[in-house]
Amino acid sequence: MRRILSILLENESGALSRVSGLFSARGYNIESLTVAPTEDNTLSRMTIVTSGSEKVIEQITKQLNKLVDVVKLMDLTDGAHIERELLLVKAVAKDDRREEVKRLVDIFRGRIIDVTSDTYTVELTGNGEKIDAFIVALSVTEIVEVVRSGVSGIARGNRALKL
Amino acid sequence: MELTGADILVRCLQDEGIDYIFGYPGGAALHIYDAIYKQDVVKHVLVRHEQGATHAADGYARATGKPGVVLVTSGPGVTNTVTGIATAYMDSIPMVVLSAQVPTSVIGDDAFQEVDAIGITRPCVKHNFLVKDVKDLAATIKKAFFIASTGRPGPVLVDVPKDITANLCEYNYPESVEMRSYAPVQKGHPKQIGRAAKLLMEARKPIIYSGGGIVMGKAEKELTELVHYLGYPCTNTLMGLGGFPAEDPQFIGMLGMHGTYEANMAMHDCDVMLAVGARFDDRITGDIAKFAPNARIIHIDIDPASIGKVVPVEVPLVGGAAPVLRDLLASLKSLGSKPDVGKTADWWKEINEWRSLKSFEFDRTRSDVIKPQFVVEKLYELTNGEAYVTSDVGQHQMWAAQHYKFSKPLRWINSGGLGTMGFGLPAAIGVKFAHPDADVACITGEASILMCIQELATCKQYDIPVNIINLNNRYLGMVRQWQEFFYERRYSQSYMNALPDFVKMAESYGHKGIQIHDPADVEGALKEAIDDKSSLYFLDFITDQAENVYPMIAGGKGHHEMVLKPEANAEMITKRELA
Repeated sequence: MRRILSILLENESGALSRVSGLFSARGYNIESLTVAPTEDNTLSRMTIVTSGSEKVIEQITKQLNKLVDVVKLMDLTDGAHIERELLLVKAVAKDDRREEVKRLVDIFRGRIIDVTSDTYTVELTGNGEKIDAFIVALSVTEIVEVVRSGVSGIARGNRALKL
Repeated sequence: MELTGADILVRCLQDEGIDYIFGYPGGAALHIYDAIYKQDVVKHVLVRHEQGATHAADGYARATGKPGVVLVTSGPGVTNTVTGIATAYMDSIPMVVLSAQVPTSVIGDDAFQEVDAIGITRPCVKHNFLVKDVKDLAATIKKAFFIASTGRPGPVLVDVPKDITANLCEYNYPESVEMRSYAPVQKGHPKQIGRAAKLLMEARKPIIYSGGGIVMGKAEKELTELVHYLGYPCTNTLMGLGGFPAEDPQFIGMLGMHGTYEANMAMHDCDVMLAVGARFDDRITGDIAKFAPNARIIHIDIDPASIGKVVPVEVPLVGGAAPVLRDLLASLKSLGSKPDVGKTADWWKEINEWRSLKSFEFDRTRSDVIKPQFVVEKLYELTNGEAYVTSDVGQHQMWAAQHYKFSKPLRWINSGGLGTMGFGLPAAIGVKFAHPDADVACITGEASILMCIQELATCKQYDIPVNIINLNNRYLGMVRQWQEFFYERRYSQSYMNALPDFVKMAESYGHKGIQIHDPADVEGALKEAIDDKSSLYFLDFITDQAENVYPMIAGGKGHHEMVLKPEANAEMITKRELA
C-alpha cells in the first residue's frame, strides 16, 4: 500500500535525521522524502512517500508522532489529495530528434528551460505516473541526466495540515 | 547577575531537586566540574567508567522513579555511555545525560575528543539536544527533565559545548514547560474504558498481564485493587515484578520464556486478556503465530506505538497506568455487580492444576553442590523480601526473578530489554545512594560481574555496603544452556577460564570476600553479609555447573509448548491430550 505522509516538524537541525533514522532503524521503506521550511519559519513541512501493510503504516504513523520534533502529521492518502513532483531532465536533441523531443514536451505540457545545439533541458511537473510516462516516452532519444524532486502533496478541499 | 553556563547548568540541577549525579570528568567538562566544586547541594559520585555512571543513574531511577543524572566529557566520555543509555531506553527509564562537547568553533573539525554525540545517541534516546547558545541552556535542561520523566519515560541527552559553559547569561529556570510537539496523554478515553469494563465482565478465562509500566507509572495500588475486585489471575513480566504482590493468591507468577507454567498456560488459553504497561516483547509472547489464539485483548499503554505493534488489540487504551486503572475500576463498579465467581471457577481450577506442578522447583536433595536457586531463596528469606535486588544478565537473572518474591515495586532492578551484562554492580551503587539504609544485593554471575568490576573502587570511595551474590558456575551459563539444548553440547567460547580470585579481588579494594562451596554454608555467609551494614561483601558461591533454567519456552514455540523438567512435561501433555 503506497502512502503519502505529510508532516509538520520543528525547523531544528537534526530533525530530518530523526525521521530518516527512524525509517532505517525500523526497516521501513522510503520512496521519497522532501522537506523545506513553511511560511512559519519555525516549522518545516516534510512529505514522505512510503509503502507497507496497514499494520506497518500504522506503526510508521505512530512512531513518527512519537518523535519529539514532530508537531503534526497527516496521511494525505486517507482522503482526496493532490500530488506533484518536479522533473528536470536533460536530453539529447539534435538533427531529426530535435523536433520530436519538442513535440513530446508539448504533449506532456512541460517546458524547455535551457537549450544548447545538442540538448534540451526540460521542466515538467505532475504526479509520479505522468513523470514516469514522460521518461519512458523520452527513450526515443538519449537522456543525459534526470533530477526528480520527490513527491510534494496537499489535501483537496478544506482539509489542511496546520497548527 | 550573570552566571557562566557551567554555573547555570549546576543551578538548574539544584532547582530540579537533584541530589546525586554520577559522572567522570574530562577536558570539555572542566568548567562544569569547577561549578560542581563550588557548591555542595548537588553531590557528584565519581565512577570508574562512564558506562558505570549510566547504570548507577539508571539504578537510582529504577529504585526511586525519579530521573537519574549522568555527567560525562566529550568523545570517549560519551561513547562509553551509549550502552547505559540504550539500557535505559529499552526499559523506559527516566535519565538525563549531560555530555560536554568541544567548543562550537571547532565542532565538525575532528577536534580532540570530538564525537557527534547527538548522532551517536539518537537511536537510543527519547530525545537529545545540542545547546548552541548559553541563553537556551536553562530552558533546554528543563525540557530534558520534562521529556525524560513524563509520558513513556526514557533517557534524554543534552550536549553542551565547552564555550557555552564559559559564556555568561542571566539565570532563569522556567517553572513549567509547554511544548507544542510533545503532550503525553494521561487520562484514558472514557468510551474505551467502558468497552474494556464490559469485556472484562464477559470473561470466563480472564488474565491480567502487567509490565514495567505499573512500576514506573506508580500504579501498583490501582492494579492490586482492580485485580482483587475482579478476582482474576494476574501475571507480571520480568520488568513488572513487584507491581503486584508476589505472595498474593491471585498472582500466578512471572510469564514468558522462563516464567511459570501456570502463567504461560493461562496466557495461551485465556479468552480475555488485560495487558497494562507491557509491550508484548518476544521473550514474553513466544512464537507470535501461536500466541493466545482465543484472546480478546485490552491493551493499556501510555505509548500509542506500543499498542497494536505486535498483536492485534480489540480495545486500545492510551493513557497512564494509574489514572486509566482508576477509571476502569470506577467504570466496573458502575456496572453494579462484581463478576460472577462461578463463571471463572473452572478456570481457577485449571490454573491451580498447572500451579501444582511447581515449575520453579529444583533438586533439593543434593548436599554436595550449591544450587543457585537455593542461594536466591535464602537471600529472600533472610532479607524478608524487603531488599533491593539488582542483577546482571543470564541464568542468575532468571533465578533471581523466579525465587526472590517481590511484593513491592521499584525493588527489582535489572536490564530486561537490552540485556546488558555489567549492569548489576553500578546499578546497585545508584540504588544505595537512593536508599542508604536499605539492604541492596547484586545477584550476578562470574562473567557479568567482570564487565563493570572496576566499580568496586567506587564502592570503596563512597563506602557502599552492597552485597554481591556471585553465582559462580564457571560458565556463561545461559549461553552454555542454549548450546546444550540447541547446539549438541558444543560449548563454544562459553567456558569462563582464568577467573580471578574474587575474594582477594574484593579484599584488594578494602571489601570483604567469602568463597562458599558447601550448601551448608550458604545461609551463614549470607547472614554475615546482611548483618554487617558497613561492609561490602563479595560472596562467591561456587554453584552447580550443570544447572539449567527451567521451565523454558524455546525459540519458535508457543506458551503451551513450554518445557518443564522433561518428565513433568510429558505428564502434563498426556493430561491435556486426555482432556
